[in-house]
Amino acid sequence: MHRIKIASFFHRATVQLNVSLVISEEVTKSGQPRKYLYKIGFILTAQTGVSHLSLFLIAALPFLGAVFPALLIRAGRNAAASAAALTTFLALMGLLIHIPSVMRGDVVTARFDWIPGLGLNANFMLDGLGFLFALLILGIGLLIILYARFYLSREDPMGQFYTYLLLFQGAMVGIVLSDNILLLLIFWELTSLSSFLLIGYWKHLPEGRQGARMALAVTGGGGLAMIAGMLILGNIVGSYDLSVILQNKELIQASPYYLPALILILLGAFTKSAQFPFHFWLPHAMAAPTPVSAYLHSATMVKAGLFLMARMWPVLAGTDAWFYIVATTGLVTMLLGAVIALFKDDLKALLAFSTVSHLGLITMLLGFGTKFAAVAAVFHIINHATFKAALFMTAGIVDHETGTRDVKRLGGLRHLMPITFTIGTIAALSMAGLPPLNGFLSKEMMLEETVHTTWLNSAYLVPGLALLASLFSAAYSFRFVSHVFLGPQRDDYPAHPHDPPVGLWIAPAFLVVLVVLIGLYSAAIVGPLVAVVSSAVIGGEKLPYYSLKLWHGFVPALYMSIVATLGGLFLLSMHKRGEQLWNALPRPEAKVIFETIIHAFTRLSQWVTDELHNGVLSRYAIIFIAFTVGLGYYAYSTGTIGVETRVPLPAQIIPIVGWLCLVGATLGIMWFHRNRLLSLVLIGVVGLIVSVAFNYLSAPDLALTQISVEVVTMILLLLSLNFLPTETPWDSSAARRWRDAAISVVAGIGTGALIYAIMLRDFAFPTISDFHLANSYKGGGGTNVVNVILVDFRGFDTFGEIIVLGIAALIIFALTEAVLGTNVRGYLLNRKPHWPQSGDSHPLMMVVVTRVMMPIALMVGAYIFFRGHNQPGGGFIAGLIVAIAFLMQYMASGYTWAIERQRFYYHGTIGWGVLIAAATGLGAWFNERPFLTSDFGYINWPPLEEFEWATAMLFDVGVFLAVLGAVMLALDSLSRFAWRPGMAQEFPMDINPLRDSSEDEDKEKEQA
Amino acid sequence: MEALVASAVGIMTAAGIFLILRRRTFPVILGLSLITYAVNVFLFATGRLALNAPAVLNKYEDVPYTDPLPQALVLTAIVISFGMTAVIVMIALSAYLSSKDDHIDMSPQDSVDAPGEDA
Repeated sequence: MHRIKIASFFHRATVQLNVSLVISEEVTKSGQPRKYLYKIGFILTAQTGVSHLSLFLIAALPFLGAVFPALLIRAGRNAAASAAALTTFLALMGLLIHIPSVMRGDVVTARFDWIPGLGLNANFMLDGLGFLFALLILGIGLLIILYARFYLSREDPMGQFYTYLLLFQGAMVGIVLSDNILLLLIFWELTSLSSFLLIGYWKHLPEGRQGARMALAVTGGGGLAMIAGMLILGNIVGSYDLSVILQNKELIQASPYYLPALILILLGAFTKSAQFPFHFWLPHAMAAPTPVSAYLHSATMVKAGLFLMARMWPVLAGTDAWFYIVATTGLVTMLLGAVIALFKDDLKALLAFSTVSHLGLITMLLGFGTKFAAVAAVFHIINHATFKAALFMTAGIVDHETGTRDVKRLGGLRHLMPITFTIGTIAALSMAGLPPLNGFLSKEMMLEETVHTTWLNSAYLVPGLALLASLFSAAYSFRFVSHVFLGPQRDDYPAHPHDPPVGLWIAPAFLVVLVVLIGLYSAAIVGPLVAVVSSAVIGGEKLPYYSLKLWHGFVPALYMSIVATLGGLFLLSMHKRGEQLWNALPRPEAKVIFETIIHAFTRLSQWVTDELHNGVLSRYAIIFIAFTVGLGYYAYSTGTIGVETRVPLPAQIIPIVGWLCLVGATLGIMWFHRNRLLSLVLIGVVGLIVSVAFNYLSAPDLALTQISVEVVTMILLLLSLNFLPTETPWDSSAARRWRDAAISVVAGIGTGALIYAIMLRDFAFPTISDFHLANSYKGGGGTNVVNVILVDFRGFDTFGEIIVLGIAALIIFALTEAVLGTNVRGYLLNRKPHWPQSGDSHPLMMVVVTRVMMPIALMVGAYIFFRGHNQPGGGFIAGLIVAIAFLMQYMASGYTWAIERQRFYYHGTIGWGVLIAAATGLGAWFNERPFLTSDFGYINWPPLEEFEWATAMLFDVGVFLAVLGAVMLALDSLSRFAWRPGMAQEFPMDINPLRDSSEDEDKEKEQA
Repeated sequence: MEALVASAVGIMTAAGIFLILRRRTFPVILGLSLITYAVNVFLFATGRLALNAPAVLNKYEDVPYTDPLPQALVLTAIVISFGMTAVIVMIALSAYLSSKDDHIDMSPQDSVDAPGEDA
């Protein structure tokens, strides 16, 4: 016997889930383990042994933390917000700890092989690119959490908001840190789902719900395309690890599947980053609360597509296909977004289209495929995140304080809201690309690069269109400032505008400070970051020459900037006329088109569903059977069959008689199936022959099980027949019957022939049964191999099966409850029985016999149970036998009589059975063995003979109880249909001593 | 012997399939029971037939044993199929008592009246 090592069990448990201070050793690719700060960490797994888990931790923290806001909201909104902020802060700290190694250009990795056979590993890596995005996600996330605390109103469920936000944050961090593309795809879809929740956060607004659905449909659909593309990519390379894929540029670009993979992956990226023609979901997603727009739709989620293009840049970029698809899409999007933005009156819509435009700009830069353009793209990602998040928050403040976001109803706010005005103006001017702000720097770099780009032999097309887009960009930025803050003060604002509390403006103010500082001291502040990130984007090659400074001399880009700024001012002055022209132009309304397409799909699927799934069960059955028969025929006609290797057993006379009975009964059921009672009797004959056949063919356990199941099934069917019609009417045509008969005969012949062929051949492969036979006694301590398999080798299966059985019984109970709660009960009480009822519902003979039989039957059950491990028997059979013993009492003495004597509920019996089985299985853990490992030993109690005791026996007790409870609960439920008031009086042979004595006492009292 | 078992499996399968293609609940339940027998015997027979060789180890002499694994599978299958039959019987019974109709197919009338489409 094994000593129970509780201490060691708990020791292991603490190692597995350890909340402790650990010294995190970062294992870097250069192989240099470095000791960093102490930090709090979960060791999620003890198997890997090395504590390089902080990347897991960074990705997991938001998910773990997502629980807290939802729980802590009861303690107040500050508690929920603090929990969210603390989680984000911890994750951010975890990230910042890696600054030294990232800045050195190392790649921090954390590996956990999950399903290596499928290439599915939970691998994380942190390089410059991932670091930048994680920094944006967590840093801006922190600001947004602060901002949202003051933005959301008292009615909004804030706990829910932060939970969704953290889920989203975790998914985003997961995307940027994944080193496995399959893992990345999971996180990718998670962002679509969590952003759905966030966009539709204001559930009461129809626009919110529609916007959320549209965003989910577009980005989720793109995600599906991307899954296909990524799988192709993984197939080309032979690995799903990004670090491996990124080393194989030549292999990928030479593959004939390069183009399909590219297009599919780009579909995912373009939908996520709102590139034309998938840009339309982003403005509709603006129905979300402003913190969500600022977070998802400026800084993070829409940049996921850009991140992916940047991540894949080393292997996908540089081809003509890449250039023409990506750069053109980016260019078109940039121009289109800028033009539409100028004519939007809703502040958030204006910002949404400007975001579309800027995303297009970055996409175009990535599409150019040159190293300089990649650097410019990286730089603009940083800059755009800072000024656009600030602008969204400004728009939110304006909306919050004035009660409207409509530009036409605003203006003149500069004196009323000076702080907001300052913040908004700086951010907008950066967006317009004015020096000395950061937007100017990256826009200059973009314009500079376009000058060197030829598109289809035209040297002027790209710079010309880019200049035009910049011009519109400047115009809408100026409009944001002038139409909201400048101009005369009005007296018809929906609310009295004033600057918000500091909590609301501190976050955008912080970003605006960054905007200015990056503009002035770009090389000092973000220079190293840009260098590291760019080198990660271009695949670790040598960086091109570039300088992050304001003054580059009189270069073409400078002239273009000047033209754009002046042109922007001019466009703004002409805005009224332009607007008339714009409104006169016919434009396709994306939402209408989208809804038409969705509606068409809905109708298509409705049609398909209605055609296939029309509620005619017999049609489903015949399709299924015909298909299966067809499959069987296909296998038969294309496969080969081995030679017969076994000699058939001789058929003796008794089996032939049994066979005749079985075949006769089966044919009889078919022939007489309209007479339901007769067919039940015949099916009993079939069951009996099958039981006997099991016994004859060396399966005593099966025979015992079959015959006891046969009894309870028959009782069940007879009981139900009590309430069903006794005859089946003719309702299928002769043709249909012949068709069914033909299919049945073919299926029967196929099945019979298949098993005949199997029985005459030996196993093609070695069977595991030999192992069971060899180890049954040695390892399981029992000589009945079938029982040892059930309770030991395959104990987990059995455990699942008793749970299924228990669930089935509970379903039956629940159905009964539901049906008896309706007017069915009235029908049942008033109905006339099918057959004449017997005069004596509890015949004396039967009552006496069953009561005498009861202890004997229980004894047999116990005997069958205890011998089960070594002789035919066991928990299943014992459970059935004891159930039959109880059922006899129900039948003989009546339902009411039986339940009055019932001391426990059958639900509990099932539950205890499952619990005991589980507890036995858990016991193995205390001995450091896997779940359900059994143990056995010998016990010597004089004067008894030495006997054996196995823990599997305890497991079998669980099986016994679950089977007993399930069978009884099923039949007990069915019996309740037959219950009537007044039945309680018909006590058969009532010899309740309690009641008799009380009656006697009453009489005595009366006499007294 | 093998021919007897195989033909019995075939006949029970055919009868079972014929019955589950009927349009009332009770024949379908009977058909499922028959198919259950057929499937159980089929699975059992994949262990090949053997006479007088139960898989109960004999400590004293070396005797042949039949294949225990299909038996263990079929044993639980028999008990589970009882659970399944009971659930189906209860569904059929509830449906009949609620609507006084024991057809298994939805008529076109039913699908028109189905909830969700009467918006």
